[in-house]
Amino acid sequence: MTQNPLLEQVAGDFYTNNFAKTAKEGSLILNLGPQHPSTHGVLRVVVEMDGEYILRAEPVLGYLHRMHEKMAEVKTAAQFIPNMGRVDYGHALGWNWAFVGAVEKLAGIEVPERAEYVRTITCELNRLASHLLWWGAYLLDLGAFTPIMYAFDDREKILDILQIPTGSRLTYSYFRVGGVAQDLNEDCIASIREFIPWMRSRLPMYKDLVSDNIILRKRIEGVGVIEPEACRRYGATGPVIRGSGVAYDVRRSDPYSVYPKLDFEIPTSELKDARGRYDVRIAEFEQSLRIIEQCLDMMPEGDVLVKGAPKPAWKAPKGEAYFAVEGARGKIGVYLVSDGGKTLYRTKLRAPGFCNLSLFAEVSQGTILADAVAILGSLDLIIPEIDR
Amino acid sequence: MNAIKEAFKTVSDLWSLMVGLRVTGKYFLEPQRTVRYPWKALANTATYKGHLELVGGMKDPFKPRCISCGMCALACPSHCLTVVKKKAPKPTPEEEKAIAEAKANGEKPRDKTPKDPEQFIYDYTLCSLCGTCMENCPAGALRFSKNIYMAGYSRNDFLFDLVVKLRESEATAPTEPAAPAAEKSEA
Repeated sequence: MTQNPLLEQVAGDFYTNNFAKTAKEGSLILNLGPQHPSTHGVLRVVVEMDGEYILRAEPVLGYLHRMHEKMAEVKTAAQFIPNMGRVDYGHALGWNWAFVGAVEKLAGIEVPERAEYVRTITCELNRLASHLLWWGAYLLDLGAFTPIMYAFDDREKILDILQIPTGSRLTYSYFRVGGVAQDLNEDCIASIREFIPWMRSRLPMYKDLVSDNIILRKRIEGVGVIEPEACRRYGATGPVIRGSGVAYDVRRSDPYSVYPKLDFEIPTSELKDARGRYDVRIAEFEQSLRIIEQCLDMMPEGDVLVKGAPKPAWKAPKGEAYFAVEGARGKIGVYLVSDGGKTLYRTKLRAPGFCNLSLFAEVSQGTILADAVAILGSLDLIIPEIDR
Repeated sequence: MNAIKEAFKTVSDLWSLMVGLRVTGKYFLEPQRTVRYPWKALANTATYKGHLELVGGMKDPFKPRCISCGMCALACPSHCLTVVKKKAPKPTPEEEKAIAEAKANGEKPRDKTPKDPEQFIYDYTLCSLCGTCMENCPAGALRFSKNIYMAGYSRNDFLFDLVVKLRESEATAPTEPAAPAAEKSEA
């Protein structure tokens, strides 16, 4: 049999070939994705395997790159808000907030107090929806089908509530520079008040159904241990670093909006493994509910949009600003540079998922493939956010 | 001692499965939560955004309130709106005379151009339903429709003239006694 002279070209693309250069003798190069049910969209991971064990792994990104940062250069600040709903479909309002917050910081715009509360309530509801999505999808990755049905039952209720002020169910563009687009009406507040005890009543059920389940515990306990030092090295934030025992949360460490006035805890876990990250997210359900409850009681009457809020033709003043919020996946940061022109000179979006994913290459070394999927899921990745 | 511990652990592990099964059994007996869509639709669509539509005027609900200022087209992040202004009607000989007289007196002639748009082209394929156009409309002439299940066979089905759409909506609107048919032809 003659060997194909073009074998190097047909055997794989640049990433695979480059990755295979340092491969061990007799190992297998495998592409996990870009289309694989457990990669949530189009994440591709090239792995070098020895039998069932992973020797090396390398995530390949960019399949969902949509030039959001470039688009910010051709749109005015107010016109860019719809983009922010589409960076991360899981926690769209967190991104909304990070961007409008950065513009407000740059221009020195004060937001009415009621708008701050409305922002906090909707953002926390969105965080709940995001965690429910993760919870269902993670267990789906691990082979349990029914939990996603329970998660989506509750998630639908949140989406119904958020639909009242925002008009959409997933890619919200609700926040405006200087406030929000619409006030929460009586209906909406009543349904949020109804939802809180309902969600509380569901949490013990989640514990009985899944969290205590021995099959799940055997799958995630002791898998994917990440040391706090590694988290810091990669810039991991959100439940990933909190799952490693570091109580780092932007809402507390760099407080913004009304969070300093609220009483809530930052759940952490000393387990450092996939179970720790799982526990942190489950504990965050209760904390988010607490925040929403307090906000509803403390919310004053008033406007939700500042008078003279920027119109689409508004020019941002010269300067630069950085604003970070705590998203469901970690620290969402937006860095703006304006030269006083019609559009922003540069918009840098810091996606928490990008840093969290970078950990995967190191953590997955030496684990079996099934555990790698459990680690990947525990990082809570939303690929559109990573690629931006 | 270790054997007892092991046995106890096995039992508690098995018990966790039984607890989970109890939850599943409980929900199995509850009524169905999902809706089988084509046969039954949800009723929570009242606040959901459909495509854009023009708001009718006070006098004639099927003639747009729009004043063709073009703010919406300027504000739109995805450039999906095109507003075509109406041309000024050709003046009759008497009117021409009046204009010439007014000019001679140093007055500005009255602009007789109708304010409402000739065409209001809307590309739904580009629209992200952000509502920027609505917020920047000085006349309050735009809103989101309730038509959320819109589907089409070709790309052109989503490129439409909102003025025509508003006029067509008269056919399906509930008939009111105070809506003379002769008035709509002038638009």
